[in-house]
Amino acid sequence: MGELMNEKHVKYILSVEKKKDDFESVVMEHLRVNGAYWGLTTLDILGKLDAVNQDEVVSWIMQCQHESGGFGGNIGHDPHILYTLSAIQLDIASLQNEDGSFSGDMWGEIDTRFSYIAICSLALLHRLDKINVERAVKYIVSCKNLDGGFGCTPGAESHAGQIFCCVGALAITGSLHHVDKDLLGWWLCERQVKSGGLNGRPEKLPDVCYSWWVLSSLIMIDRVHWIDKGKLVNFILDCQDKENGGISDRPDDAVDVFHTYFGVAGE
Amino acid sequence: MNRGVEEERERIPMSQRPEWADVRPVPQDDGPNPVVPIAYTDEFSETMDYFRAVWQFRRLILDALNVDLHEELHFVDQITKDNSKNYQIWHHRRWVAEKLGTQIASKELEFTREIFSQDAKNYHAWSHRQWVLQALGGWENELAYCDELLEDDIFNNSAWNQRYFVVTRSPLLGGLEVMRDSEVAYAIKAILAKPENESPWRYLRGLYKNDVNSLVNDPRVASVCLDVLLDKRDFVHALNMVLDLLSHHHQPSNELKDAVDAVSPDPKPSDSNFAERVCSILQLVDPIRASYWRWRKTSIPAQD
Repeated sequence: MGELMNEKHVKYILSVEKKKDDFESVVMEHLRVNGAYWGLTTLDILGKLDAVNQDEVVSWIMQCQHESGGFGGNIGHDPHILYTLSAIQLDIASLQNEDGSFSGDMWGEIDTRFSYIAICSLALLHRLDKINVERAVKYIVSCKNLDGGFGCTPGAESHAGQIFCCVGALAITGSLHHVDKDLLGWWLCERQVKSGGLNGRPEKLPDVCYSWWVLSSLIMIDRVHWIDKGKLVNFILDCQDKENGGISDRPDDAVDVFHTYFGVAGE
Repeated sequence: MNRGVEEERERIPMSQRPEWADVRPVPQDDGPNPVVPIAYTDEFSETMDYFRAVWQFRRLILDALNVDLHEELHFVDQITKDNSKNYQIWHHRRWVAEKLGTQIASKELEFTREIFSQDAKNYHAWSHRQWVLQALGGWENELAYCDELLEDDIFNNSAWNQRYFVVTRSPLLGGLEVMRDSEVAYAIKAILAKPENESPWRYLRGLYKNDVNSLVNDPRVASVCLDVLLDKRDFVHALNMVLDLLSHHHQPSNELKDAVDAVSPDPKPSDSNFAERVCSILQLVDPIRASYWRWRKTSIPAQD
């Protein structure tokens, strides 16, 4: 898919001056980079990646890269940690806070999602030494709840998406011993409802994207056999739009790329 | 990613709109109001998702012009109601509230309460509310608010989580040790009302975290399991709790054993070990998690 510019170390400059220039090209569909990742990965999983013109895609992604090295959500967009995971390049060390948490950008929003993105990105670049891993782990552990799950910040409700991020970050940093795998495994397998689908929190509706968050989490803690796979597969198949293709969040809803990715990955 | 069939005006890139061709932070003529022209408010409301950069720009302007942030909060109120799952809006709200300080605590609690009246589990709003309590205060009525929400919907896991948050972190209540007894009673009442409700069972376990022996030795716990089993409905969580008790060397009464056997779908259970029998029953009554219950069977500690 083209060459990732791992060798390029450019500081993510958080100055007002830089920001001003970006505003002249605020564009809609800032999710395009993420959408491309989800779409392309789906095709790859289906063995159909040759259906797209790879040179065109790579050239477009490279246009999303800023002087700072960060990637925006589309051509001309401000860089943000959310989009950079898709494009895999950003100087993240500056986003780590004293308590080990990570901010999304200069404005300071903290969320364990960012911890995961930071750790995952740097691990892929073999640059984990750029952050304080011990403190990063400590912060994530502080977000662990009595049910074994994790929330976005300390005390926040356990949520499958946040759990995926925290368990992922702990897995990458060799810190899974902080996870009570039996307790969390039980919480995760309790996400499976009668229809076979998985929800993200107790008493919420099942959603195909939780196939990914819950399943990956279970795989990381070696408890995926606690889910009834057959029933889950049937649920995902029911979420397909059999006429036009694509997968929705639950049966009979509208399809979108996001859920198509997670549904295919879950399968 | 396809643009889709929508052809609203918002989908045209901003850089192609003449009125945005020369974006500069030029203040309005009508005094210290936010720079963004009111005529565009509807557009912003519809396209919030795509304006992260603009929110950042807005904050710079607000700072530079020393704008009255109460007005800004009012502006954000209107937009949040229609976009209550947008990360940028909540983050902007937090930025404004932080600047306004403790005076704004009750307003923020009131605002999240309004959001919860539409969606009592909105994850962003709960995150905001927790931040408000810890950064700006206002704990006085929080436990009572949890009561309210749980009366509306005893299955609201967010409210149970908030309850735990209050009980363990409120500077006004004395901490978990002090609150445990009354909270156990509360959880048990909720269990008896709806035994299939996952949340109060987890809450009960949480009240005894780091002290599982106290859980095992609290007679109310075995007692609620017995009550649920005698009712013969929605007893999966009750059986699970019995299993947990047994795993920590609780000695079950004959009454409890009989009640468990009475709900077994298998008329002739073969396990002589009571804990193993509980697992076998669970495999049958909660088949979607049969693998989990099979594993539980293998990890039962040796009985006395």
